[in-house]
Amino acid sequence: MLWNTILLALRELKRNVMRSILTILGIVIGVGAVITMVTIGGGATAQVKEQIASMGSNMLMVTPGKRIGPIQSSTNIVLFKVNDGEAILRDVSAIAAVAPVSSKSIQAVFGNQNWSTEVTGSDNHYFRVTNRLIRSGRQFSDSELRSGAAVCIVGETVRKKLFGGQESLGGNIRLEKLSCQVIGILEAKGQNTMGMDQDDIVVIPLRTYQRRISGNQDVAMFQVSVQQGASTDKAQRDIRLLMRERRHLSPSDDDNFNVMDMKEIVRILTGTTQLLTGLLSAVAAVSLLVGGIGIMNIMLVSVTERTREIGIRLAIGALESEVLMQFLVEAVVLSSFGGLIGIVLALTASVWLASMLRVPFVFNTGIVVIAFLFSTMVGVIFGYFPALKAARLDTIEALRHE
Amino acid sequence: MIASNQMDNQPLIELQGVTKVYGTGHAAMHALRGIDLHIEEGDFVAVMGPSGSGKSTCMNILGCLDTQTAGTYKFKGIEVGKLTRNQRTRLRRFYLGFVFQGYNLLNRTSALENVELPLIYRGVPSGVRRVRAVQSLDMVGLKGWESHTPGELSGGQQQRVAIARAIVTEPAVLFADEPTGNLDTARSREIMDLLTGLNRDRGITIVMVTHERDMAAYAKRIVRFLDGLVESDEQNGRAT
Repeated sequence: MLWNTILLALRELKRNVMRSILTILGIVIGVGAVITMVTIGGGATAQVKEQIASMGSNMLMVTPGKRIGPIQSSTNIVLFKVNDGEAILRDVSAIAAVAPVSSKSIQAVFGNQNWSTEVTGSDNHYFRVTNRLIRSGRQFSDSELRSGAAVCIVGETVRKKLFGGQESLGGNIRLEKLSCQVIGILEAKGQNTMGMDQDDIVVIPLRTYQRRISGNQDVAMFQVSVQQGASTDKAQRDIRLLMRERRHLSPSDDDNFNVMDMKEIVRILTGTTQLLTGLLSAVAAVSLLVGGIGIMNIMLVSVTERTREIGIRLAIGALESEVLMQFLVEAVVLSSFGGLIGIVLALTASVWLASMLRVPFVFNTGIVVIAFLFSTMVGVIFGYFPALKAARLDTIEALRHE
Repeated sequence: MIASNQMDNQPLIELQGVTKVYGTGHAAMHALRGIDLHIEEGDFVAVMGPSGSGKSTCMNILGCLDTQTAGTYKFKGIEVGKLTRNQRTRLRRFYLGFVFQGYNLLNRTSALENVELPLIYRGVPSGVRRVRAVQSLDMVGLKGWESHTPGELSGGQQQRVAIARAIVTEPAVLFADEPTGNLDTARSREIMDLLTGLNRDRGITIVMVTHERDMAAYAKRIVRFLDGLVESDEQNGRAT
């Protein structure tokens, strides 16, 4: 019986192809827009997550000063020393590596080329903590680290800008007063989430940085890598307690340092993307509602046009519920058909948009199913009133209707 | 058991003091003022009367499309006035057939599909449905016209499709409301011959409303309405 009703509905809709298409346009656009928004938003979120994962998802950053924010005071910042990092590695469990990091923006010069870049003083742990590989050459030797030798490892962008096609390993570049030899080149990593070029970097031993560039014994921050599978939350808590103890803070004092979790950063960044996706989808969903009203409108017209037909059916022996079902099925067939077309359009548009915006295309089965079910539901909800009107028609009057 | 006995012994149709009032108070219009009518199985009744005499209202009540204001209507012993709308629909579905004045076929729908329609609501499987619809169309002389839509058929042919649709369910009673109203004399005679044949050969009880004396002459019995009352009720001497 239901199958018959569906066939009947399809035949009825085929009689007014143009009208049927115009009726479902609202649903098509609504479903299409929602799915496209969610798919593109999902792609962007996935991209952010992937990039942060490539930075090292189990990374903690320990920075001096009170928490990041507008009230941060720059006056009484107590900077770290190298032995703070050693203490973290020694006293906190489940720490894989600790890298001290100090950096400054400096003009690097080679021959007649110069390029403003970020010079970072650190040690070999830096590469491990930030998930970086040395493509060619080698990392720092222990003696170079201990003595503060004039050696450096450069990122791909710096190599390209300074050396171009020339051999860079063994070349000497000048950083302010320091002339150092290139001993290694980092594997390219591309832009990070904030659009910063991660390959625009020169790494030198921390000791060299302190002596020749900053001129003090301070360390700007520590990047800490937590062991795989261990809780970063626990490590974060432990580091905080350790630092409070080392800095002799009384229980009433606020922290004068900050232990930041990469997960927090992930949460903030993906949160923004997801909020935007949600908002845009909500706007798109409104057009689904408008589409539903369009369907109701046309169904009402259809009921009026077919009053006589309804009268005949009722007289011949159709129950109210059967007439109701017929019109309801018609509305649902219309709206779900609109939903299907919307899905096809949305997937096509998403693939195209994803390649335009350079975000990965992530097929989201959930939203496709939800959008389809929603479009069907729109048919049920907005088709019910016209169908009820049809079913409640007075048989005799409907038969007399011209 | 009691119910079935009751149904066997009762006349097919029994109206007692049936009235129908439209509107209320001063605007009230008394369409029927107390009708008593018995129709036995196998009868062929022509209902005549001027416009506004209440014959159409009476037909609608007999056809379970409408309900009376007062009085009782028993169909096979069942009090129709006490049934719900859905119960009356089921009564129509299983016992009654209708031929309307304006044919009332579904437009843009083939003759075959039009005839199949009442069988769909009876839940007859599609294979059986098709066979019975073809037989029914054959019976009204429309073999070979199954795939034509009403728009492609003449008035007489459309009325025959309507008759085929009414008899395909083998109803206990066939109600025909001015079945020849829109047809010329020759077509009208064809339709009347068809109805007479159905009554005689298949034993279908027929109640037919008509304006025309010539058409009423085909019936076994003629009931005349006037001002909401039965004016006369007599056997037709010319009954065939």
